[in-house]
Parts: sequence; structure tokens; C-alpha cells
Amino acid sequence: MKRTLEWQIATVTAIKPETTEVKTLTLRLPDWMAHRPGQHYDIRLTAEDGYAAQRSYSVASEPERTGEIDVTVERIPDGEVSPFLLDTVVVGDRFEVRGPIGGYFVWDGSVGGPLLLVAGGSGVVPLMAMLRHRAAARVNAPARLLYSARTYEQIIYGPELDMLAGQDGLKVSYTLTRAHPPGWKGYARRIDDAMLKEVSAPLGRDVLAYVCGPTALVEVAADGLERVGLAADRIRTERFGPSGT
Amino acid sequence: MSEPTVEELVLDGNAVAGTLFEIYGDDMTTVLAECASCGQVDQIGGLLAFVHAPGVVLRCTACASVMLRIVHTPKRTLVDVQGKRIPSPPKRT
Repeated sequence: MKRTLEWQIATVTAIKPETTEVKTLTLRLPDWMAHRPGQHYDIRLTAEDGYAAQRSYSVASEPERTGEIDVTVERIPDGEVSPFLLDTVVVGDRFEVRGPIGGYFVWDGSVGGPLLLVAGGSGVVPLMAMLRHRAAARVNAPARLLYSARTYEQIIYGPELDMLAGQDGLKVSYTLTRAHPPGWKGYARRIDDAMLKEVSAPLGRDVLAYVCGPTALVEVAADGLERVGLAADRIRTERFGPSGT
Repeated sequence: MSEPTVEELVLDGNAVAGTLFEIYGDDMTTVLAECASCGQVDQIGGLLAFVHAPGVVLRCTACASVMLRIVHTPKRTLVDVQGKRIPSPPKRT
């Protein structure tokens, strides 16, 4: 079913700090339509002089929540858009969005599992939409999230992930690459083949993997998953980083 | 924070899904593209995307050959398709 992709005016209805450099904005959309978890919206900000800047942000919320979406925004130092969204925008503000866009990096219950999600930093955002959908739609495919963050404080959605973990066959593993709290029981190194083998092995060879993060992490993880036995066509990747078109 | 390296600036075809939708009038990220140079086949959403130059370049994931280039000028958008199987953009009316 073909549709047009029109800009619409979103209204910010809530702002939630996630970490010191990350916030989630809830946007009410007059022409909301259900997204597939993993899809994104383009956000366009236009200055009074007509200068416009446009960026893509993954939807963090599940499509079962109607009429609004969450986008989680990480500060890009010297960025044009993220500092505005984090520091200036208040509840009630309005700006242009269009979406949902993208059919490549998507997962929903119809795709099935077992599901292995590998996230680096804010690359967890589209994967969170998948996990929230999995919980809301009661999809019972086994799932595992391996989430690499620099420090414990930089884990996004930590409390919610801990709540989701252990329900209905979801396991969440963290690896902290820069510093970890005393008594930390998770991984404490960059993602490597041994780690990928440990998290993927219980899911079997038919596992479907989604990897999202900075390019370097995506390449290490996608290549590593192939080395530990996953088929290349069962690995989907999305590189996260400063965009700007 | 230091300047990002070239590697850190590489995104993928998903990042330009909106721009491609504008040009083609449909989602292009799941359309297959074949590299004219090495024969690698990927979905457009999985191609390497270089978006920080004054234009967008999509490259092959295997050999980095150019698959698609998009340049916006004040008057129109120029699309240069080099990969195989990628449809030509529809004529603007």
C-alpha cells in the first residue's frame, strides 16, 4: 500500500531525562500511524530566516501506543539539532516531523525469532522499540539484548530494561567499556567474539540479529556474529551517528 | 571532543530513507541494489551512506564503489544511479 510521506506538526507533550546527555521527547502527532519497531522519523527545524536542519531519529516507543511517539535524543557535541532538542525545547513546543520511514531495520512479531539485539550507546533506541513492542504484543519469541555503554550512568532505559528482563524469555546483558561500579557482575570490555558467542549460543543458529550503534561497534559485532556462526542474511545493521543532509 | 573520524561518519542507507522517499515516492530501503563493480547485492537500507559532504553518496558494502549519488541544488535534485537494479527516479511532473 503506497502512501505519501508528508510533513506534519508534532507537539511535545513530555520530556524525560534518561542520562545526563540523553532525553526522551514524547511527540503528539495529528496524523499518527502505526510504525514498525526500528523505523524512524525525520525532524525538521526551521529558523526564522528560513534556514532548515533535518535529522533522523528512531522511534523508541511501541506502535501499540497510539497518537504519539517517543524519540530519544542524544547530544551530538557541536550539533545543530540535538542541542536545541535537549536544551531549548519545552513541553508545548511544535516542530515538523515526517514518518515513519524505513523498512530495512525493522522487527515485529510477524518476523519471529529467536531475536538477538546488540546495541552500542544510543543505538539501543530502535531496539527498545522492538522490546517494548515484544512486551506489549506478548510476542513469545526468545530474545536477548547485549548492550554496550561506556559507564553504568550512560545506560539508557536501565530501570525499564531491568524490569523487562526476566519476563517472557528476555535476557539483558550489559558491557561497560570505560568504567564500572564496584561489584559489577556484567561484562566490562568491548564487544568481542567470545562475548557474542556467549549471548548468541543459547538462542541457536536460527537467531535473527539486529545490531545498532556507532559504525565501529556495528562492524565488530556484525563480523563477529558471522564468525560465531550466524548467517550473514540473518544479521541486520544500523549505523548510528551524526547525520545531516 | 575531538573531530569524528571518517569511519565514525559513515551511516547506512536507512539514514537517507526520507530523502529517497522524497525522490522515488516510496520507501526504497528494502529495494535490492547490485554493485556494478563487484556484484555484491544489498538492500539499499544496508548500503554505506556518506551524508556529510555536500550531497549524499551510497556505496557498496563490499568494495565501496559508488551505487547512488544525490545532490540538491536550489532548483532541483540530481540523482545519479550507478548500481544495478536500482530504479531510475520517476520524472518530476
